[in-house]
Amino acid sequence: MTIAGSPADQAAQGGGFRSAEGARKVPLRHPWWWVGGALLILVIGMFVQLLVTNKNMDWSTVLRFLFDGEILKGLLRTLELTVLAMVIGLALGILLAVMRLSANPLFRAVSWLWLWFFRGVPPLVQMVFWFNLATLLPKLKLGIPYGPVLASWDTNTVISAFTAAILGLSLTESAYAAEMIRAGIQAVSKGQTEAALSIGMSRFQVMRRVVLPQALRIVVPPIGNDLISMLKFTSLVSVLATPDLLYSAQMIYSRNYKTIPLLLVATIWYLVLTTLLTVAQQQVEKRLKTTHHRSGAMKNVKRLRFLPSFGKA
Amino acid sequence: MVPLLRVEKVNKAFGANHVLRDVSLDVHAGQVQCVIGPSGSGKSTLLRCVNRLEVPDSGHVYLDGQPMGFRWKGDALREMTSSQLAAQRRQMGMVFQGFHLFPHRRVIENVIEGPVVVGGVDRATARERAMELLSKVGLADKAEAYPDSLSGGQQQRVAIARSLAMRPKLMLFDEPTSALDPELVGDVLAVMRDLADEGMTMVVVTHEMGFARDVADHVVFMDGGCVVEAGPPGHIFGAPEHERTRSFLARVL
Repeated sequence: MTIAGSPADQAAQGGGFRSAEGARKVPLRHPWWWVGGALLILVIGMFVQLLVTNKNMDWSTVLRFLFDGEILKGLLRTLELTVLAMVIGLALGILLAVMRLSANPLFRAVSWLWLWFFRGVPPLVQMVFWFNLATLLPKLKLGIPYGPVLASWDTNTVISAFTAAILGLSLTESAYAAEMIRAGIQAVSKGQTEAALSIGMSRFQVMRRVVLPQALRIVVPPIGNDLISMLKFTSLVSVLATPDLLYSAQMIYSRNYKTIPLLLVATIWYLVLTTLLTVAQQQVEKRLKTTHHRSGAMKNVKRLRFLPSFGKA
Repeated sequence: MVPLLRVEKVNKAFGANHVLRDVSLDVHAGQVQCVIGPSGSGKSTLLRCVNRLEVPDSGHVYLDGQPMGFRWKGDALREMTSSQLAAQRRQMGMVFQGFHLFPHRRVIENVIEGPVVVGGVDRATARERAMELLSKVGLADKAEAYPDSLSGGQQQRVAIARSLAMRPKLMLFDEPTSALDPELVGDVLAVMRDLADEGMTMVVVTHEMGFARDVADHVVFMDGGCVVEAGPPGHIFGAPEHERTRSFLARVL
């Protein structure tokens, strides 16, 4: 800085002004951080001691069952439930969101009703209900309403515990996804729709090619959260005796009475999966951020290909 | 001669705000018409009524003698389906003040989107033509870029190329340079000038009086939702008849 000759400089030379240049700086101390930190370390230490020294934890059993065939099969079933429920839930969610924003009042009403119901009824209640559908409708029939029946199935063969679980989870997810996707659609500027209409796109094309791809990018972070919740919610299916991760662990400890070690096995796997998903989610979000950033736009775009994109250009 | 575009006694109100009052105008093939007037005079709404992004409350817009949004069924006008309207709309291009490029697609993809998705042109042919259009607007080197890495002026030129890709009979420009930094306005106006020289029919809502004076065949002055005065630029800028026109021009020139 060349402020020599300025009034301040002249004042400093005259002794009326004390320059801070070159003075030693003393940072602010935080004694309470140390006190709080020490307390936390003590609590954590006690907890670790409990984990390691309590014989009932039985770490050798935990290790023995961590890669047990039954557990791994349950793990696979949990992943299967998560992915299927999520995919169905999202597909329905998109449909419901578009219906909710439709000009047709009937579509809006049906979508509202669906959301009200499936957001209001706990997934566990739904699962049990779907599982017992046969008591309400013994046969599922396909045909012309009030006309001839073309095909008919025994409800109990169609609705297995697995289907009931998928229905309960995906229908609940559809309601939540619909609300998020609706917000995403509304966040895409109206100008996008107008520009697309002006080049002659139909309403359907505008939605599929212009609005939804942008809306889905906006809702990737919350959908990621939902995916993680979904993974945990799948443990509800154990009430329907579907051999997921939790139920597999329960089956084993009902035989060998090693309840805590097997619950630990399940816990460890759930934590591993949620950690992986969290890391993946952070990566996706980071890339989304950089593509919206001017300078980073070009570099990161290729890697974005795996993101939801309806119809490639 | 049937005008390419006829606007006939169009009225439009948003709630209590009567934005267009009995607006009529004719645009013949090859003409460049500039619509000028103070903010809020209804110029943009007029353009949006022309391609039916806004539906007029009364009055009609005709493209090639056919009413926009309707089909003749005997003596009655039957409202078009969304896809019929889309087919009619694609005969006119529209350039917006805010560009509205598709941010999730590259420049070249923005330009071929219409021909491929709407026009059913195969991708290779569409690409070739898109590159020609991008060269024409001076942006062939930006084909693989994403819109948000371009300046406003560049984005607007891409938007013009995107509209031209549909081979429209008519181009509508809604204040195409109003959102641009002053030093970028010239590039966009130059592209528009070239288009006019090639004989494109254009309706341009603009605050660029120099452009209106030099390029337009016909200037329409609007105020308060009405066409106050219309005529050749020499007449509107040189010897306006109405007091409102004179006071507007005195403020902007």
